Amino acid sequence: MTSADEIVAAAVERRRGDPTSLLQILREAQEALDWIAPETVEAVAAQLRVPIVRVQSVLQFYSFLYDKPRGRYRLLFSDNITDQMLGSLDLYEHMLKRLKLKRGEVSPDGLASVDLTSCTGMCDQGPAMLVNNRAVTRLTARRVDEISDLIRARAPLREWPADYFRVDDNIRRADTLLGGSFEPGKALRAAIARGRQGMLDEMKRSNLRGRGGAGFPTGVKWETCRNAPGAEHYVVCNADEGEPGTFKDRVLLQTYAPRVFEGMAIAGFVAGAVRGFLYLRGEYQFLLAPLEAKLEAMRRARLLGSSICGAPGFDFDIEIHLGAGAYVCGEESALIESLEGKPGRPRIRPPFPVTSGYLGKPTIVDNVETLCEATEVALRGGAAFAGEGTKRSTGTKILSVSGDCERPGLYEYPFGVRVSQVLKDSGAGDVAAVQVSGPSGVCLTPDEFRRHIAFEDVPTAGAFMIFGAHRDLFDVARNFSHFFAHESCGFCTPCRVGTALVRDVMDKIAAGRGTRYEINELMRLYELLRRTSHCGLGQSAVNAIHDTWQKFRPAYEKRLSWRDFSPTIDLEAALATTRGISGRDDADAHLGAEP
Amino acid sequence: MMSVDPIITIDEQPTPFQPGQTILEAALSAGIYIPHLCHHPEFAPHGSCKLCSVVVNGRSASACAMKAAPGQEIEVDTPELHAYRRTLVQMLFVEGNHFCPGCEKSGNCQLQALGYEFEMMTPHFVHFFPNLGVDASHPDALIDLSRCIQCELCVRASRDVDGKGVFALAGRGLEAHLIVNSPSGKLGDTNFSISDKAAHVCPVGAILIKRVGFAQPIGERLYDLEPISAEAGRCAVEEA
Repeated sequence: MTSADEIVAAAVERRRGDPTSLLQILREAQEALDWIAPETVEAVAAQLRVPIVRVQSVLQFYSFLYDKPRGRYRLLFSDNITDQMLGSLDLYEHMLKRLKLKRGEVSPDGLASVDLTSCTGMCDQGPAMLVNNRAVTRLTARRVDEISDLIRARAPLREWPADYFRVDDNIRRADTLLGGSFEPGKALRAAIARGRQGMLDEMKRSNLRGRGGAGFPTGVKWETCRNAPGAEHYVVCNADEGEPGTFKDRVLLQTYAPRVFEGMAIAGFVAGAVRGFLYLRGEYQFLLAPLEAKLEAMRRARLLGSSICGAPGFDFDIEIHLGAGAYVCGEESALIESLEGKPGRPRIRPPFPVTSGYLGKPTIVDNVETLCEATEVALRGGAAFAGEGTKRSTGTKILSVSGDCERPGLYEYPFGVRVSQVLKDSGAGDVAAVQVSGPSGVCLTPDEFRRHIAFEDVPTAGAFMIFGAHRDLFDVARNFSHFFAHESCGFCTPCRVGTALVRDVMDKIAAGRGTRYEINELMRLYELLRRTSHCGLGQSAVNAIHDTWQKFRPAYEKRLSWRDFSPTIDLEAALATTRGISGRDDADAHLGAEP
Repeated sequence: MMSVDPIITIDEQPTPFQPGQTILEAALSAGIYIPHLCHHPEFAPHGSCKLCSVVVNGRSASACAMKAAPGQEIEVDTPELHAYRRTLVQMLFVEGNHFCPGCEKSGNCQLQALGYEFEMMTPHFVHFFPNLGVDASHPDALIDLSRCIQCELCVRASRDVDGKGVFALAGRGLEAHLIVNSPSGKLGDTNFSISDKAAHVCPVGAILIKRVGFAQPIGERLYDLEPISAEAGRCAVEEA
């Protein structure tokens, strides 16, 4: 047996030969092998008894799985706009130079590769990167030099200074949730005391709404799941926090994990589920071992497992599934596909996961913060919970504040807080715009800073990116267009092709070759994607361009050529090959420079 | 007592439907054409091409994926939706390499026929010119991967009807592409056969049967003789 076979066999054994663990098995194999070679694919397919195409389709879907050698040190610089604003691209270029590499290329000795990746959720302590899926924060030129030296010395990651991997919570404003005291087991015992129906009644009384952005009433979701026919029910915690600019779940999972897990168990208690999954985004792999340890501690304390807190019939346990770099898996049905070991392509909805979710069974999918808040409802009761915030947006909301401000980090407020208050508290000075809820959200200008963070006014999943007056909002929108083209799952025509077309039009405008024609194209694609895309990713992929064109028109206009039309193909550049072949470089071999 | 079929309204026309039918199925049985590419009457709804996008009670929906329900007011044939569909077809044209005069599927190709249906005069967008190659390793069939429109009809036919699972999509976004189930990645090394359902469902010229490409002369083919929208009339006649 080759070593690849043995490694795969061990991973398959750990997962009891379950094909729904395909993604986890590939991740574990790659940890040991650095990449997934064709023979590894065959071994996985044979040992799991699934078709080779099934393994290939998963392997090629997720950004952090590699079907080609990527180097023993795989560096991925976070390419979110907030990292860029902190100088990430210079540091990235610097790293490429130090390691004598080009983007995406592997060094001839197989030592290292350097590339870009979508937001790693470290916007409050960037620029950040991942090295072999481990997060490195607060990059500086000096740190890049040190890291390139460590790589050339082939130092294993465990010997790198621990400070590189330090991830701070940066809680700047704590309210009920972040500031409250929490005694392990207390929320569970409170829920048990209320009973399954009583707890559900409190959830509905609280009017707690989903914190992932959509704002669906959580109590109604739990009740629908409970009432849905099916022998098994499931609870899934969506910790695939991929919206660029969002990092609140990272903090909740690093410091408030017992609350998240108790919230999941309470959901299981109400809905009659005995199995729960935490779907953790691959960028947060550094949290995996601590979370596993916390689960183990809770099992020992009888806060998970069978007869939780001694309540007969209250059985619930939690498994952690790790993602592998796919933003679309934040969409609940794509997340479930991924949990089942498949590519994360969103399903047709309806049916919704509450009636047909994991393995076709009724499934609650809730955001990390929502489940934390459920423990608040258990402890304080629905009426007390509903006493905070606004009538239609009860409780508090955690914002992930980053960008041009003095104190980036987490800010928890009762719902209804004005945007201007958040700006003041975070020490933001001369602000041109705030992008609320990430690239798929909304871009607000100073005349809108009086608006309120609430489902009925400015809803948000938590991202709050601040852009100072010196920033160019076209660059921001262009960064977002690249993000969506990279993250489109490719299932539906409008999003698959449309996000790539939008990206290319934005690049053409950036190159000074765009005209009014390109703007019209962008607005036409905005309508098409919004109206016909299969899921929220495509539907919102052009929002930021639409918003910034409305509100920051000069940023576009200064780049536009005032001709009626400019061809997308740069004819002068296209002739370079011909000039090379004919060995000519005289004036007649050129068309003349583009204006 | 006769039972009365429930009714939906399609472009202001009351249309009866059978419970369980999708909007697309109900429309086709009533002789109303809603454009589509990834739909096939024998397979479960898929909903990826989005050509059947309609407006149901003011909200966008895929007619192939949404069940018909009493009270639905559905817009199908509006200038706005017509323009969306034309753009979607143009997107499929530029995403792949679709050069009709050089394609042996010409005249039997649904993508080409939809181009005519939507009066598509140009591809409009810049071609991406993918270079995914041709797999001619199978003795009886070939795949031109750059013509695949990712409708997954072959994927579904092979998996759900043939019980073979020969095909799948891999990759993400514009990189998504068709793959086949063999260690070499070649069709010739799979158990694919031209008696499979999967060999006969490709709506474009991606999966082609060898040696019969021009058995039926160009000019006498399905969409040479009638527009693709005539399908609705045939469906209605078959059911009557």
